Amino acid sequence: MDWSYILAVMVTSAFGLQAIVFGLAAIGINIQFGYTGLLNFGQAAFMAVGGYSVAVVVVEFGWSFWVGVPIGIIAAILLALLLGIPTLRLRADYLAIVTIAAAEIIRLILRSVTFKELFGGSDGRQAFADGFFALSPYPDDAAISIGPAVINDQQLWTYTVGWLLVALALLITWLLVRSPWGRVVKGIREDEDAVRSLGKNVFAYKMQALVLGGVFGALAGFITAIGAQNVNPDVFKTDATFFAYAILILGGAARVFGPLLGTIIFWAVFQGTDVFLREGIDAGLPIISLMDGTQAAVLRVMLVGLGIMLLMIYRPQGILGDRRELALDAR
Amino acid sequence: MPDSTSTSGTRHDEAVRALASVPRVPGAPKPDPILVVDGVKRSFGGLTAVDVQHVEIQRGAITALVGPNGAGKTTFFNLLTGFDTPDTGQWLFDGKDLAGMPAYKVARLGMIRTFQLTKALSKMTVIDNMRLGAKNQIGERMIPAILGLWKSQEVAVTEKADELLARFKLFEKRADFAGSLSGGQRKLLEMARALMTDPTMVMLDEPMAGVNPALTQSLLEHIKDLREQGMTVLFVEHDMDVVRDISDWVIVMAQGSVIAEGPPDEVMRDEAVITAYLGGHHDKALTASGVSYTEEASQ
Ligand SMILES: Nc1ncnc2c1ncn2[C@@H]1O[C@H](COP(=O)(O)OP(=O)(O)OP(=O)(O)O)[C@@H](O)[C@H]1O
Ligand SMILES: [Mg+2]
Repeated sequence: MDWSYILAVMVTSAFGLQAIVFGLAAIGINIQFGYTGLLNFGQAAFMAVGGYSVAVVVVEFGWSFWVGVPIGIIAAILLALLLGIPTLRLRADYLAIVTIAAAEIIRLILRSVTFKELFGGSDGRQAFADGFFALSPYPDDAAISIGPAVINDQQLWTYTVGWLLVALALLITWLLVRSPWGRVVKGIREDEDAVRSLGKNVFAYKMQALVLGGVFGALAGFITAIGAQNVNPDVFKTDATFFAYAILILGGAARVFGPLLGTIIFWAVFQGTDVFLREGIDAGLPIISLMDGTQAAVLRVMLVGLGIMLLMIYRPQGILGDRRELALDAR
Repeated sequence: MPDSTSTSGTRHDEAVRALASVPRVPGAPKPDPILVVDGVKRSFGGLTAVDVQHVEIQRGAITALVGPNGAGKTTFFNLLTGFDTPDTGQWLFDGKDLAGMPAYKVARLGMIRTFQLTKALSKMTVIDNMRLGAKNQIGERMIPAILGLWKSQEVAVTEKADELLARFKLFEKRADFAGSLSGGQRKLLEMARALMTDPTMVMLDEPMAGVNPALTQSLLEHIKDLREQGMTVLFVEHDMDVVRDISDWVIVMAQGSVIAEGPPDEVMRDEAVITAYLGGHHDKALTASGVSYTEEASQ
């Protein structure tokens, strides 16, 4: 058992690409679900819209990567409007159904043969991030090693920008939720008729929350695309949305830093268990070595499910949540 | 027979004087109506919940809307305030046509309602509930909220909220979650919160339901106070003693329609009203004999 290797993987995962991507996606869901009570089950679609915008703009149209960024943001805003206009006046569950279906439709369009020319079908799109790395201030030979893991200059630049985006998204969240705007959306989460009766345009607030959370989803999509130098429809499956929800609930919904803490812990544990199990098999640990590598990979997903169940039973408010708020639900 | 009730105040005298010559018939025209309703009808499937031909509400008066359970009072409130849409009908508030207007716009025009089932926002503090009521807050727009341009306005809003909380004896509770308040305190909070919007007309759906007698007394004083401040009050109430105590005018609904109107004493002697309430032959007036309809089950 190489404990230092396991530890290194945990640290690099806690602050690595996935942590950034799902942190951003979860911050978006925190605005929508945590504070406003909107069940957006289609965050993967917003990520896809962001990722594919930068990819397609470069690969198909030969434009700059940086043109893709505003296009991705505008596309995410349009998607939010498209999903929100018919559903936000209806009961909360309608949005959930529509967003989950829309996310699948978008993914299937992205991988369809009909649009293969544009989106590259199931292969997706590659090699579009040069414009992004061109701005990197780090020298080509820059590298950080954490134990046996090495982070190269491109990763370093991606992580720098990624964590800055996370910081920006957290700052915006923090500024908003402590403001009167935040008060209105928290009111809507609890009882939208009460808020309406006080003269607030509930529909407009829900739409703003949906759009803002969707834009954060698009940012997550940018980082996914850059980090992998690749966009691929199967990265944006509904699983991605549920990972973001798991992270939010783990860290604590309706807490500004909930998604941050959630994503760090989630990825450290998720990848940590993976290497632990594989190391354990190699080292012939009792019980664990009865499995092979494929089984171990499945087991860790089961452990995540178990962990979330235990969390919901013993600490439903998440790590940072406020138990008092939940207890009041029962009244 | 007491010839005067405990109702007091100069605005009360004004209202009584203004309404003295109004004929005691359903749909009677008022000298200075703030709200004029015409042909408002709403049915649920086969059931006609509301079918009001014509009704007017006098400005600056306290008008009680009474009627047996299921008479359509709450539905009527919902229709007037944009929380429900009528099949047909129109109504003018302060000369403005409200038909088809969304609820939040109705509220912005100054017609504010409370709910039969109290809607205190329990996961927010009492003071935040109050602040939410204030109108035209710059910090409720996204960009100014992010830029923090709302701080000074927040101070003014909080000051106003604290004043109202003190008036409603909730000041000590200001930092508590609204969910920790008692049922009666929530009624008080909901009313105080409505007042944060500086309404011209307040519509209260059973403000006294579930409130203990001591608190009822102070709630009644608050409602009379609204009239003294120049607001128009329309409220639904089952307790006839309360109705007699504070209202200048009473409108009686039964099976969706207005069946009688008049000053409290006269209305309660009205044969049609007694029949509607008791469903049979009765020769007693509705109060004094102690027949009251305080409803707590709905809580
Ligand atoms: N959403 C609805 N769907 C179907 N029927 C309804 C609905 N809302 C109200 N009704 C019916 O309309 C009628 C009037 O109801 P409403 O709530 O307005 O009565 P109310 O006068 O407020 O009674 P209460 O004094 O008990 O509060 C009732 O018969 C009720 O069953
Ligand atoms: Mg009612």
